[in-house]
Amino acid sequence: MAFDYDKYLRLEKMPTLWCWGCGDGVILKAFIRAIDKMGVKQDDVCVVSGIGCSGRFSSYVDFNTIHTTHGRTVAYATGVKLANPDKLVICVAGDGDALAIGGNHTIHGCRRNIDMTLIVINNFIYGLTNSQTSPTTPQGMWTVTQKVGNIDPTFDTCDLAIASGASFVARETMLDPKKLEKMLIKAMQHKGFSMAEVLSNCHINLGRKNGMKNAMENLEWIDSITVSKKKYDAMTPEEQLNLLPTGILKEDTDADEYCDLYAEVQKVHQGERKRITQDDFVKKI
Amino acid sequence: MATREVISTGNELSAMAAVDAGCKFFGGYPLTPSSEVMHVISDLLPKVGGVAIQMEDEIAGICTVIGAAMSGQRALTATSGPGMSLKAENLGLAQMAEVPLVCVNVMRGGPSTGLPTRVSQGDILQSKNPSHGDYKSITLCAGSLAECYTETVRAFNLADRFMQPVIVLLDETIGHMHGKADLPTQEEVTAGIVPRKSFDGPAEEYFPYECGPTEPAVLNPMFEGYRYHYTGLHHDKNGFPTEEIETCRKLIQRLEDKVAMHEDELESYEEFMMDDAEIMIIAYGSVSLAAKESIRHLRAEGIKAGLFRPITIWPSPAKKIKEYTDKIEKVLVAELNIGQYHSEIQRAAARLDIDGLFKVNGRALSPHEIVSKVKEL
Repeated sequence: MAFDYDKYLRLEKMPTLWCWGCGDGVILKAFIRAIDKMGVKQDDVCVVSGIGCSGRFSSYVDFNTIHTTHGRTVAYATGVKLANPDKLVICVAGDGDALAIGGNHTIHGCRRNIDMTLIVINNFIYGLTNSQTSPTTPQGMWTVTQKVGNIDPTFDTCDLAIASGASFVARETMLDPKKLEKMLIKAMQHKGFSMAEVLSNCHINLGRKNGMKNAMENLEWIDSITVSKKKYDAMTPEEQLNLLPTGILKEDTDADEYCDLYAEVQKVHQGERKRITQDDFVKKI
Repeated sequence: MATREVISTGNELSAMAAVDAGCKFFGGYPLTPSSEVMHVISDLLPKVGGVAIQMEDEIAGICTVIGAAMSGQRALTATSGPGMSLKAENLGLAQMAEVPLVCVNVMRGGPSTGLPTRVSQGDILQSKNPSHGDYKSITLCAGSLAECYTETVRAFNLADRFMQPVIVLLDETIGHMHGKADLPTQEEVTAGIVPRKSFDGPAEEYFPYECGPTEPAVLNPMFEGYRYHYTGLHHDKNGFPTEEIETCRKLIQRLEDKVAMHEDELESYEEFMMDDAEIMIIAYGSVSLAAKESIRHLRAEGIKAGLFRPITIWPSPAKKIKEYTDKIEKVLVAELNIGQYHSEIQRAAARLDIDGLFKVNGRALSPHEIVSKVKEL
């Protein structure tokens, strides 16, 4: 029997405002299947999104949902999570949302290793607002703000998350919905901050002016720049240069989670344990 | 009224009040001269099972508070002018989505980095419209140590009543003042807590933003079976984005009217020696303390001066101001800015001859300065 998405969708909000052929719908469906497989009650989930095409994600799914200001997704979610540590909190943000205006919150969410999943839908451009440069737009590509070619160096979302302390970091593309679904389940089941980057297409606002006229051509480009982590690791640095590895890039199940640490702070104040010292941590500096 | 005597500072009393009023969450960023609020509440909240977190910046501070408040908790942030400027956009979201929270602003000299450790009342107009767009702010201003406590408590109750942010203004002098305060007991504060309204019918009949034209939204806590949507966009009765013309108009008009049509519930002011006053001084915050002292001096010299002190700054006690300014000719507004509230008094009085005594060098107004100015009127 075909999977029934209706239970999780706000059907009165359909159709979505996403363009024909947009990857966001594929990601939305993979997310819904992942939640269903995890068996989490809809009431126990909070989906927080920011501004951009990805920002509309939260209004289409039937959970407790928040559509925040631009870039502040992780900060709002941090308030929800700390106030409700036993609930599942998911952030959905675009590359501009999570890495430009909201970069600081992404870094510090990773650093705290607070238990939430940040799904970054990376389409390499500002889509909703019509083709402005994003922190992941490849150098040399056309953008409406850099029509002679983008000169700004790019962020690698996953490298940033790893360096910032996220305990789970993975990347998939919307080309393989099954792998994507598995990654989302792993990310959401992981205790700690999970960065789940999903490479997606925007043939309308990235592709058209960069030699990728339709969704297929845009997706072929995504396919050409990605390779599994296993293959990537076997490559020379020269071979790796213009490729992004997919799969689980970091998984640390021993890292302290922030809500757990805060529970220790509460214990100290409630007289149940001595104050926290450097001896409580493996890493001391 | 049962009271208890506490020796403390304004900032500390504000933090204590929040916890006594049932606040369970604090998110903020260090900002002189407000930081002591965070210093104190970071010890108090975990003791009662709450959370206090120092975030990466001012914006994240208000965002965590809104997130916690959306989920159903009473939540506080504290800052000073530069932080208010940074928080402004998200205060706007809280106005739009009708999320109750309290924001304490301990005013320092501005604009910009200004005079970090010096007193000012330069954020009066900012507190009226911190964010872009139309809405009606609620701003309370503490004029004594005890009021740092009582106004913070009142702010939480008003936030839940009106479902929006409530700003509590302290100024640096009040925030850092150290002394004795007579406070209501915890029992009394607890008895006065009016929690936000919630809907307890079947989920399919719940429309959080469907309410009377002058009433706030009814927003149930998250995770209790009433799933709905929060957004800063114009939204319909379910909280979903819409551009439908009449829905948009009604929403913004309601954000205004839910406060404007219930100003009587908000009005608060103090009258000091006003019964026979021939000269009215209008002052708020720490300046009102100097004004009271100046009035004692003036009265000793036979000059019948009195003080009118707004406690709810926004919306202003305009009717009462008009009542007084209609019968008293000589009116002086004394404040630590260049006439930010003076313009509101002129508006409320419908008079352009209201006098002002303004000071913007980071120093307090002394009773002597007020006495001299009154004698010139």
